[in-house]
Order: sequence, then structure tokens, then C-alpha cells
Amino acid sequence: MSIEVSNIVKTFGSFKALDGVSLSVETGELIALLGPSGSGKTTLLRIIAGLETADSGEILFYGEDARDKKIKDRQVGFVFQHYALFRHMTVFDNIAFGLRVKPKHIRPSEDKIKAKVNELLHLIQLDWVGSRYPSQLSGGQRQRIALARALAIEPKVLLLDEPFGSLDAQVRKELRQWLRRFHDDLHITSLFVTHDQEEALEVADRIVVMNKGKVEQVGTPQEVYHKPASVFVLNFLGNVNIFKSRMVDGKLANLYIRPHQFDIARKPQGDNAIKANIKYLNPAGSSVKIDLLSESGNPLQVEIPQQLFVQLQLVKGEDVFVCPKDITFCEYEI
Amino acid sequence: MLLKQKSNLPGFHLALGYTVLYLSLIVLIPLSMLFIKTSTISFSDFWNVVTAPRTLAAYRLSFGAAFIASVINIFFGFLIAWVLARYRFPGKKIVDALIDFPFALPTAVAGIALTTLYAPNGIIGHALSQIGIKAAYNSLGVVLALMFIGLPFIVRTVEPVLQEIDPEIEEAASSLGAGRFEIFRRVIFPTVLPSLVTGFSLAFARTIGEYGSVVFIAGNMPGKTEIAPLLIITKLEEFDYTGATSIALVMLIVSFILLALTNWAQWWASKKVGLS
Amino acid sequence: MSNSRTESPLVRWLLIGIALFYLGLFIFMPLFIVFSTALEKGIAFYFQSLGDPDTIAAIKLTLITALIAVPLNLIFGIAASWAIAKFDFHGKNLLLTLIDVPLSISPVISGFIFVLLFGLQGVFGHWLRAHDIRIIFAPTAIIIATIFVTFPMVARELIPVMKAQGSDEEEAAITLGASGWKTFWYVTLPNIKWGLLYGVILCNARAMGEFGAVSVVSGHIRGFTNTLPLQIEILYNDYDFTAAFAAASLLAFLALFTLVIKSLVEFRYQAELEAVHKNKAH
Repeated sequence: MSIEVSNIVKTFGSFKALDGVSLSVETGELIALLGPSGSGKTTLLRIIAGLETADSGEILFYGEDARDKKIKDRQVGFVFQHYALFRHMTVFDNIAFGLRVKPKHIRPSEDKIKAKVNELLHLIQLDWVGSRYPSQLSGGQRQRIALARALAIEPKVLLLDEPFGSLDAQVRKELRQWLRRFHDDLHITSLFVTHDQEEALEVADRIVVMNKGKVEQVGTPQEVYHKPASVFVLNFLGNVNIFKSRMVDGKLANLYIRPHQFDIARKPQGDNAIKANIKYLNPAGSSVKIDLLSESGNPLQVEIPQQLFVQLQLVKGEDVFVCPKDITFCEYEI
Repeated sequence: MLLKQKSNLPGFHLALGYTVLYLSLIVLIPLSMLFIKTSTISFSDFWNVVTAPRTLAAYRLSFGAAFIASVINIFFGFLIAWVLARYRFPGKKIVDALIDFPFALPTAVAGIALTTLYAPNGIIGHALSQIGIKAAYNSLGVVLALMFIGLPFIVRTVEPVLQEIDPEIEEAASSLGAGRFEIFRRVIFPTVLPSLVTGFSLAFARTIGEYGSVVFIAGNMPGKTEIAPLLIITKLEEFDYTGATSIALVMLIVSFILLALTNWAQWWASKKVGLS
Repeated sequence: MSNSRTESPLVRWLLIGIALFYLGLFIFMPLFIVFSTALEKGIAFYFQSLGDPDTIAAIKLTLITALIAVPLNLIFGIAASWAIAKFDFHGKNLLLTLIDVPLSISPVISGFIFVLLFGLQGVFGHWLRAHDIRIIFAPTAIIIATIFVTFPMVARELIPVMKAQGSDEEEAAITLGASGWKTFWYVTLPNIKWGLLYGVILCNARAMGEFGAVSVVSGHIRGFTNTLPLQIEILYNDYDFTAAFAAASLLAFLALFTLVIKSLVEFRYQAELEAVHKNKAH
């Protein structure tokens, strides 16, 4: 199901959570709502679910106005940040809940419900926990059960609120990949909220970067990383070096360059080479991160491939020349 | 719109509507009767009743005994809360459960039990009369009865606060050179003070209007050992509605002041908790 | 919980001793007296005095009063705590204060205001007399006064419980398509069952034991408008001590039963509360 959101405004007391947000989601897409705390991403998610009501603006599901639809009529599956599993019910009853509370005339038979629940347990690879209680399971398991519970009602849209927020780093990574594969198999239109840019870049088809209740940029992971639309997006999605007040085409501008867009050499290569002293080397990882201090006293962060590092045999404290290969973002001063 | 935020949970209007209806029927309308009735009484009548010697004696007894009993309970209540929160001894669980006994026991049962105990031929009363103390049918009896009633309020308010105190804070103070008494005075007591005030005002509010547990042990002699609630009943039986209303109004005002005090003390206590 | 206190053992045991002595004097002795006096004249007399017709009538009235007051207050308690714990609205504090009113005023005054309302000289006095309806000095007044005095009990137990549990599970149920009633019945109710149980037991104990308010409105008519506490008063004032304490022992049992339930609930609820905290931490 496609979702069309236009000009949503939402205020809580004197705090403007959403200030005219518009968004369009194609059927089957996996979208990340990315931003810092207070950016409005969870509020937007909850408004789409119907858990909050927007002050103004439109929401269309498949072209139909969804605003007056009650939550249960929206066919939205919601996965809460802290899972919100029913602690007094077994895993089986939790997943079956959405099916059991359907009005009598459309409720499936208990046999059908059993089959569906088992199918879902198999899908999330937790066939054996059906008779356990949520408190007996780990965070990662509870997360998957919350997902299964939401899927049981065969929603047209899946909404996930910081799904991996409260999990260990390792579990987070695994579940991230699992979610991606899962989505590739099922193709349900999905939106998930996260403040972790790595997560968004790894998992999503498209990313919606939000800040202070507004959308900063919408694009594929490549687009938002390599072609950021604003300084905020630039800073939020990865590290960046700032060069203030340089002349570009006769105009004054601030230049933003990502760490991997530099070359390092012992001799200056071209007019733009900058002399700098290596303060710190971090060779652990797929690429080597180097902190430097330029001649003019500016700190620089540069990333080079392992091969180059080994080739050059760089050492802490030595002077080198860094040369930018490309500019990520150019902010003209008015 | 009553709701501060439109909520997705259903049933607000139904629940609130029923609540307000029930409250109006059961509390607001009956209570307002008292105030309506009061407005029909002239101020001079009111003043005469309220300042009559018999009334003043009754107030002195009810408020005075409640005050003394609550103050005494501050010390013993704190002590008991301390012992329960920090020490281990055999039978502690049973003792802990029984603290609520005065709270759960009907006041009339408490009244006759206490009277039987402290009357001159009762177990404790007899022992006391040997040393010349009369503990029943006088104001001392009233104080003793109110100590029984008010104790749980203080213990139950203070105990959780004592339990919440982080042992590390005391250990830190100790490592900085403070002795046990210093730690108590500077670290523990300030933390517990708001809950002591809350507990005191709860106990005090409960005991000033106490009837069932004191009316047997009090003696009930007008002007000497008559408690205020009994005076109200007596006036009622004499069909002196004016008198009864006036006396009740004063007690009600004191109750509401205490209610405000309790609320304030609880707010003060919650601020302290937030700080630690 | 192990608190390593550094008071010397002597100080510790001294404090424990003082505490136990004070408790013994004020709490345990009265409990002991009730049962020892009740059984003074032997078991046979004990049951005989309980079988006295006036006493039986008093027991009946007490039971009927509780049977009416407790369910009504239960429904109120659920409605009030649902509104207060799950929603934010103007006037919430006023509501909470109003709920506390019966607990902060003298029981005699509680009964008195109903006399002002329904008594002969009261607001509705003439109307009631004209229609030959008797409220004051009849069981009806007793029931109404009892409802007044005990209605906060269930609400006060439920509100903190429901607040502590938050609304996440209810929201989840709504997104899964459950109606308001189904959400309450299948999700909220199982979660609050221990607090609910204790609230009901406490409300019941107070309803059966209410004395001051009922004393004012009942008229003390033996066999008709006497509840068990009032009957105890009558027996005591008639110097029928053993019978009075026999009746009192029934209420003392009820009090002990209430305490047992409370301990049970605290034990089970503590375990659940800890589990809730662990849930959130992960």
C-alpha cells in the first residue's frame, strides 16, 4: 500500500513536533525515518499509525483519506520500541491476539489461527517458544515476537519504532540484516524510525532525514551520503571536515569534505595540498582513520584504505600532505 | 476540551463521566449540604456554639490528644521503620505485616480491646495503676488509643524512603570521615524529613476525627473527657442541628487544611527523591 | 537485601528491643485481648453468643452492606483509575483530592452530612416523609454512608498500579484491532489483578468494620439497623463483654485475613514489578 503524507503539523503544548512534513512512500518500500531526538520522527510514525492525530495535513493510504479511519481500520502493524508484549500471555497468545479479537463474523477458526501463528513462529525462527512467557526471553527474541504479532493481522503497512534501540550492538547488527532479508521476502511497505545513521544506511531503500520537525532530505542511502542537501544531513550522516571561507568560482563558500575524499602523500600533489601533522592513527578496521592538525591549526580527519597505509608506512607525529579529491558539499556564503 | 492531548486509548469520556457522576452523588452533593446548612446559620449562633466551654474542651481533647499521639508516633514510628528497613531479626516478616493491623481493624473492635487492656482491671491498666497511673476513661486513654491508630501511617510513609537510601551514599560519607551519628544527622535525616512530615500530617488528620476507637476509652464526661465527634452526635440526638453543624464545620476546615499540608509535604518529598 | 550497617550489635539489638516492645504493647496486646476475652467463658459460650438472633441480624446487615458497597466502589475504582492513570486532563488534581476526602474527614461528619441530606429536618426530609420513604434510621442510610466512607479504597490501590504499568500494552492492543472493552478485559485487567484484589479486600474490610459514620445514621435499632460493629458496641455497653468480644473476634479474623492477602499481593506484585523493570531495561 502506498502512503502519501502532506503538510503534517503537530504541536504538543508549546512544542512544535512536526512543522509541515510531506512524504511519499511507494508500495513495498523500506523507508527509514532518521534524525536526532526531538526531530519528530516517532511522532510522524505514530500519526501514520493513528496513535496520534495531526493538527493539520493529509494522510492518504492508497489514495484514500486515512485521517478519519480508526486505528484498527488502517491495517497497520506497529512494532513498539519496548515491544509492548502482553506480559500475561504466552508468546502464542500474544501473536494470536490480533486474530482472536476480530469481530465474530470475520474471525478465523481456532485451527486457522493456530496454523497462522505457527507459520509466523517458523518465519521468525522461533518455533519452540510458543508456550513461553515474554519475561523468559531475551531482548532480541522479544523483538522478533513483537514483529510476528504485528504481522499476524496481515497489515498493509508495517511501522517500527526504533526497533533495535534497546539491544546489544551485536544483536542489533544481526537483526538489522535479518530485517533487510525479511523485507526482501515479504515486500510489505515498511517505515522504521532510527537515530542510528549506520542502521539507516545499511537497511533502507530510501532515507528520510528529519530535523526539528522538518524533512531535510529524502533519498537513497547513496544520495543522502554523497550528495547531502544541507549541512545538517552532511553532519548527521558521517564525519566531515569543514574548510571555512574559501574562494570558489569567485565567491566565498564553506567547503565540506568527507574523510575518505582525501589523498595522503609525503610530497604536495597539486595546489590544494595541505601540510598537516599526524596526531593519531587508528589502523584497526577496514580502513585507517587518521587525525591530523594542519599547519594553520585546523584539525582534520582522513580515512585511507589499508593498502595505502601499509604502502606509505605512516607514523604518528610525521608531517604529510593531504589533498582533497572531491568536495562533498559547498555552502555558499551570502 | 478537557483532555490535554487527544488520546488513542478509548473510554476516556465514559470513565471520566461515570467517575464525576459517582463523585457528585456520593461526595459533592452530600458535602455541599454541610456548607449550605452552614450558610443558614447566623455567624453569632455559630460563634456561640464553637466558643462554648464544652465545645472548646472537646476540641482541646480531640486535637490535643491527636497532636500528642502523632508526635510520639513520630519517634516510635521512625524507630520501627528504621528497624524494619535495616535490620534482620527472627519473625520480621510477621511483624512487618502486623504493622497494618490498626489500619485493617474496625475502630469499634480496637476501641473495646484497648479499653479492656487499659482499664484498671485490665492487664496493662492494672500494672499501671500500681505505679499510680490511670490510663482509661481520661485523656491519657485517648492518647494511647490514638497512638494505636496513627502508628501505621508514619511507619508506612517512612519505611520506603529509608529503604531507598543508597548504601553507597553512607559508605561515601563514612570514607570521608563521618561517624555514625554524623551520617545520621547530615545524610539520612534530611532525606527522611519530608516523609516524616507527610506521615505526621496523615496520622494527625486521621486521628483528630477519630471516633470508634476512642469513644469507649474516653470516659465521655462533658467538658472533661468528651471528644468532638461525640459532641456532634450528642447535639444531633438533641436535634440541635445548628450546634452539630457548627462544630462539624470547624473540624472540616481543619481537615482540609491538613489535607493541603499533606499534599504539600508529599510534593516536597517527591522533589527530594528526584534530587537523590 | 543485605545492608551492612555499622551500628554496634548492642545498639542494634537495643533498638530492635525497643521497637518490639512498643509494638507488643500497642499492636499485639489488643489483638491478643480480643481473642482471649472472647474465649474467656469457653468455646461453647463463644458459638452460643454468635448465634444470638440480634447478632445474626447484625452479621446479615453487615454482609448485605458490603455486598452492595464493594461492587459499586469497585466499578468506580476501575473507572476513576482508568481516567486518571491513562490520560492527562485538566482538573485531574482536583479529582484526586476529591477522592481523598472521605479519608480525611471524621467518620462522624461523614454520617452527619447524610443526616443533613436525608434526615427529617434535612433537605429531602419532607419529600421523603411525604412518600413514606425512610432512609435515615434504616439500612439504606447505612449502605449509603458505607459507600461514602469506603469508595476511595479501590481507586487508591489501582491508580499507582496502572500508572506504573504505562499504556504501551494497551496501545499495542489497539493497533492489533481490539476494541476498548476487549483491550481492557484481555490486556489491562490481567495486569492489575493483584492490586485489584487487595483493593477489594481492603474496601471490604473497611465496609464491614465502619463504625462512626454508620453509628450516626443507623438509629441503633436492634435486629434491624445494627451492623456488627454497632452490635459489638451495644453488647459492650450492656457489660456483656464476652459476647461483645466474640462478635469482635469475627472482625479481627477479617482484619488478619486482610493482612494475609496484603502480604501475598505484595509478594506476587513485587516479583511482577521487578519483571516489568527488567523488561524495560532490555
